[in-house]
Amino acid sequence: MATILSLDPRVTRMNLDAEQSAPAEPKPALDQFQTFEVFHQAKSGAHHTHVGCVHAPSPELALLLAKEQYGRRGQTTNLWVVNTRDVVTMAADDADVFATTPEKKYRDVGAYMVRDKVDAFKKQMNEGTTE
Amino acid sequence: MNTAALADLCYRMADDELILAHRHSEWTGLGPILEEDIAFSSIAQDKLGHAQALYTIMHAHCGEPEPDVAAFMRNAEQMRCSHFVELPIGEYDFSLVRHFLFDVAEYVRWTALIESSVEPIAKLARKIHGELKYHLYHAQTWMVQLGAKGNEESHARMQTALREAWPYALGMFEQGNHEQALIDEGIYIGEASTQERWTAMVIELLASSTLEIPSSTEAHLGGRKGYHTDHLQPLLDEMTEVYRIDPSATW
Repeated sequence: MATILSLDPRVTRMNLDAEQSAPAEPKPALDQFQTFEVFHQAKSGAHHTHVGCVHAPSPELALLLAKEQYGRRGQTTNLWVVNTRDVVTMAADDADVFATTPEKKYRDVGAYMVRDKVDAFKKQMNEGTTE
Repeated sequence: MNTAALADLCYRMADDELILAHRHSEWTGLGPILEEDIAFSSIAQDKLGHAQALYTIMHAHCGEPEPDVAAFMRNAEQMRCSHFVELPIGEYDFSLVRHFLFDVAEYVRWTALIESSVEPIAKLARKIHGELKYHLYHAQTWMVQLGAKGNEESHARMQTALREAWPYALGMFEQGNHEQALIDEGIYIGEASTQERWTAMVIELLASSTLEIPSSTEAHLGGRKGYHTDHLQPLLDEMTEVYRIDPSATW
């Protein structure tokens, strides 16, 4: 049997059949691990921020693997992992409950025209102190 | 400072770290799942870093060659690694079991070295302590996962690998040529104490794994004296191939 010779010696060592014509057998459905959502804390006291997910067979392994996927660069003080199934979420077609929110400008700080009043107040205060 | 004894200890530890780092790195890109591939490769990088730090200390304090020369220009008979780290990676079960048994020993060694009379070594030991804790946590979690929480096949594979690895693991505790000096001068606790602490820790960490710890005391010795398995030379050839093309090249 002729085997694959690769520049990567590890591939050569596998003795893979070079002539293989039949495709690899399909994998059974759902043979993957479940997923866990990962939350990263960069500094002590800071919020944990969602950064992505990992595949793992258990919470312990999820934390273990999250450490390398999301804590291998930069600063990390802590990580949380949460089974994706335990995240309570809204249904996608309920997004319309937020449909009119962008119109409610009175809830945005930017909607208040207070700059003129603040400037006038500051000016008044400055005049007060220089007198 | 007893530089001969220190170099003897450092070569044994550094060569183990270097060769195992290379073995671990053979999984890079071929690991069982993406996340584990990255984690295992990261651990391999850490081990390489430990080896480099030890070669650097020997270069600075024992008159040994530059780290790259020490790592890449010695022949098999000049290496002081144990047979355990030379063995091929096998399947992932064996690689995980070796990772576990080696890293318990590594953790025991470096924890003891925090008290070493040689300050650069003690300083390094303090610096890498957190890293070793993670390696150990990684190894133990997989042992328990595949031993107790997996299935019949995973348990059987881990048990077989543990049985095969055991006599090689015991070979890690083969003494060097300056054992008594290392102990008397407070440089290191010595191999007998290391093995004692290692055994206790292996038993403790595997308590919930349902894996049976082998009771055999047979050990594969010779590595610390320069006698190696047939697996080492091909590894060295592959590892040093690029470096030896032009040792004076700057990277």
